[in-house]
Amino acid sequence: MNQHNITNESLALALILVVVALLVSKKEKLGLEKDIIWSIARAIVQLVVVGYVLKYIFDLDNGWLTVSMVLFICLNAALNAKKRSRNIDNGFTISFIAITLSTALTLVVLISSRAIEFLPMQVIPISGMIAGNAMVAVGLCYSNLNQRFMDNQQKILEMLSLGASTKLASGSLIRDSIRAAMIPTVDAAKTVGLVSLPGMMSGMIFAGIDPVKAIKYQIMVTFMLLGTASVSTIIAGYLAYRRFYNERAQLRVMK
Amino acid sequence: MSLPASLLQLQDVSFSLNNRTLLAPVSFELNPGEFTLLTGPSGCGKSTLLKIIAALQNQTAGTILFKGQDIKQLKPEKYRQQVSYCFQTPALFGQTVRDNLALPYQIRGKKIDETKVKQWLERVNLPADILDKNAQALSGGEKQRVSLLRNLQFLPDVLLLDEITSALDEENKQNVNQIIASLVEEQQLAVLWVSHDSNEIRHAKNVITLQHHTTGSAEHEPA
Repeated sequence: MNQHNITNESLALALILVVVALLVSKKEKLGLEKDIIWSIARAIVQLVVVGYVLKYIFDLDNGWLTVSMVLFICLNAALNAKKRSRNIDNGFTISFIAITLSTALTLVVLISSRAIEFLPMQVIPISGMIAGNAMVAVGLCYSNLNQRFMDNQQKILEMLSLGASTKLASGSLIRDSIRAAMIPTVDAAKTVGLVSLPGMMSGMIFAGIDPVKAIKYQIMVTFMLLGTASVSTIIAGYLAYRRFYNERAQLRVMK
Repeated sequence: MSLPASLLQLQDVSFSLNNRTLLAPVSFELNPGEFTLLTGPSGCGKSTLLKIIAALQNQTAGTILFKGQDIKQLKPEKYRQQVSYCFQTPALFGQTVRDNLALPYQIRGKKIDETKVKQWLERVNLPADILDKNAQALSGGEKQRVSLLRNLQFLPDVLLLDEITSALDEENKQNVNQIIASLVEEQQLAVLWVSHDSNEIRHAKNVITLQHHTTGSAEHEPA
């Protein structure tokens, strides 16, 4: 196997790419210089810390620590998804339930089908991919719900006025929001290998693994991302729509 | 012996938002077979009052009793099936007119009664083939009649009508007036109708005139 080790010097030289981004921002007056520097600084610090933490956890190989790390990933994903919740109070709790349940379900299927083993070096990176995808899908679902409830207030009121339950009055909006939140995952699955060589597959090929073996893992990743996106958005959508109503089944004032 | 409770009774119902009175306290009652007209200048809170009675928004103060019970104690979905609100400018939902007229049946776990629906369409001068038309492609007057029919598929006890003939021509306006008047008389429906139309005023047993918020009261008089 022909493994390539990146040196600190080559990494430092690769910073030129960031300098290019900074120059473009300055020349085109995009005003992104501060954001770029801040995001790069955060990325470096976060990745260095995570690298050492993962090395420690992998060496320790403790089941409880692995589960705790998965929960930590879900917690952070939920905190991030909550930012898009706007009119949905309890956004964090709903996101945490949706992301954790979908991640847990996917992990159980993968481990019980022996696609992966319950080892920290397999479970944790896979959890990161699953929870990350669920986070984006749940965030999109919230954005769509907010927009659709805002645009369709009159229609909802009319259904309520006829005696419809809040679930019936919101049904089509929930389904449309879930559908829209899943489109990026479905589209990515359609073009995988044609447009992009996704992270896991690229990483494995880069590490010298036979591409035919790498695609098996990528196929598994495609399955799990589709499953996670659908489960997480369904849970989030059906828990979140209730937050647009008060206890008397009236539409709340929206921001 | 105590008197039987009114069908619907409002006691000093008012609504304020950000310390601004949008509906001054109002009290009246509605009974079966009564046609009551609600009138008053623009912005005096007529539509707000209908939404409050329909339990689509909460009053700031006062009580509403339905058959003697505070409506806040009742299940909103069940209450709204009995006290039904028809909007002035309806936004029809779903794809077709059928989707709209099927909803009252769906709410009650029933299949749409095509015969009954077509009879109703005929009564309001709409062709039967309108059922498969795109709901968004209808004219304002057609939308108003479809919207009214949604409320009439299962007759409520109280019908709240918010200027529902504003987009209709004179012939259809008179037709809708006749239908509502006959439902009041024959089916003992209680109707509260927001209107400025003199013909509709003619049918009313009572007229409630809301005043602007500064005066803080409502006049209630027989027509």
